[in-house]
Amino acid sequence: MIKVENINKQYAGKLVASNINVAFEKGKVTSIIGPNGAGKSTLLSIMSRLLDKDSGSVYVDGTELEKWATKTLAKRLAVLKQTNNLNMRFTVKELISFGRFPHSQGKLTDTDRQVIQHAIEYLDLQVIQDKYLDNLSGGQKQLAFIAMVMAQDTDYVLLDEPLNNLDIKHSLQIMKNIRRLAHDMNKAVVIVIHDINFASCYSDNIIAMKNGEVAIAGSVQEVIRAPVLESIYDTPFKVVTLDNQNVCVYY
Amino acid sequence: MTDKSKICLLIILIVSFAVFLLGHGLTADNYQYFLSKRTPKILAMILASIAIALSSFAFQTITHNRILTPSIMGFDALYLLIQVSIVFITGSLSVVALNPYINFSISAFIMVSFSTLLFHFYFGSGRRNIIVLLLVGVVLSQLLFNIANMLVMMLDPNEYAVVQANMFASFGTVSKQLVYLCIPIILLAAIALFKHANVLDVLWLENDNATSLGVDVPIVTKRALLLSALLIAVSTALVGPVLFLGLLVTNLTREWFTTYQHKTLFIGCSLISMLALLSGQVIVEHVFALQTTLSVVINFIGGLYFLRMLLKNQIV
Repeated sequence: MIKVENINKQYAGKLVASNINVAFEKGKVTSIIGPNGAGKSTLLSIMSRLLDKDSGSVYVDGTELEKWATKTLAKRLAVLKQTNNLNMRFTVKELISFGRFPHSQGKLTDTDRQVIQHAIEYLDLQVIQDKYLDNLSGGQKQLAFIAMVMAQDTDYVLLDEPLNNLDIKHSLQIMKNIRRLAHDMNKAVVIVIHDINFASCYSDNIIAMKNGEVAIAGSVQEVIRAPVLESIYDTPFKVVTLDNQNVCVYY
Repeated sequence: MTDKSKICLLIILIVSFAVFLLGHGLTADNYQYFLSKRTPKILAMILASIAIALSSFAFQTITHNRILTPSIMGFDALYLLIQVSIVFITGSLSVVALNPYINFSISAFIMVSFSTLLFHFYFGSGRRNIIVLLLVGVVLSQLLFNIANMLVMMLDPNEYAVVQANMFASFGTVSKQLVYLCIPIILLAAIALFKHANVLDVLWLENDNATSLGVDVPIVTKRALLLSALLIAVSTALVGPVLFLGLLVTNLTREWFTTYQHKTLFIGCSLISMLALLSGQVIVEHVFALQTTLSVVINFIGGLYFLRMLLKNQIV
């Protein structure tokens, strides 16, 4: 379990995270939603030690984040940010192999190779596995990075806008896999996501943020309601039930 | 061609150039004299090649760019300033200026500590625009260079003659003792960098991903910068400044080798660097008949290459 307690963070005098208290359980998909600048990515970065917080604590499996050796934590928690620049040419498979670095420090074992192969098959990347990333589309690149995170095989998987650059088919594929990771393999998956309908249909819990604060955190039923969403996005919302899912209409 | 065969090809070329430089014009009567002169020179070139290649490559990896090298960031100018200051303060006949061990220890110590400071200034506070860093580096080297020049103006002409020998890369006047002193230092620093090769590979993915994969980015960066500073200090002390060599060889290595692994790239880059210096020396000795110096040739080719990179906008 990841527990976030009283997190505060300022950028140039502006509070981007204020008094945040949330928890993420294994076996659940949690989506963080909210308008631009609400502090979603900030929260994700603080939870994953990419960003220092001003005050508060983050506990991963009961131990404070700062007390984890970064090497050990990398076997428990993986994070993927939305922009990923590469300073070198890699093939898809080479990139995915980096996911095994926390486990084998660069010397791949047979187990590592199996996990890598599994991640490639899981995301249907067999055809492009030996292609160089700079020859691929933004979506294919994104899939390769997600495969790398999967190969890392951690209990906690934090993804910042994983659907960035992806078409509907690939978005669906990613969301289905995210749900499988959580439900079948008992991982805690946390995603920052803009598409509310994907969040509604594929998550177990939703955290809605606005102005650096958690506006509401709860189950999909609790959060995906017209009055709640209207106050968060300042936009008229209609929520309809379709095939037992809450779907938002906002245009 | 695989990376392995490229390495073999480079080794063959390097050996033939080295043998040519060592062996031309040798007879049974003169070989002792010539070899005793030529061996330290070749050794110095090989050591400097390794030091410049490794330091530049590691520096570029941890700073995530392919245009900045320690030399361009003002290292060479700093070395000049130290040399001039030593003569200026203690005089050209002092122990400090003349004893290679003392001079070297002082230079290396100041360079490593100053460069650590510089690096903190450059890279300590978050992400900076690479163009800004490039400008800062160029301005800083100009500043250091000009201070050195000012001191030179104030020097006695005789003293200046001593300094002048150190102001350009020269392989002819290498001190034998210094060469043998540098072998263990460069070897140890190189081994230390090689030990970080796998971790440096992860840094290709930028700092956030590297952290997620369990790399302690600040510590690795600090260690690699320190080793870079040490290597560049040693090589500058050994052969003087070769401004564009690092930039030239790191980028040729990236273009020519297909792997991303620092283990191979470090070796490839060192070999390309040796080839550049040795073949350059052959050209200087046998084409230009010693009318020019190796650093002029390297800087001419390296400078053109640098311009090409800027024009093609290959800076990230």
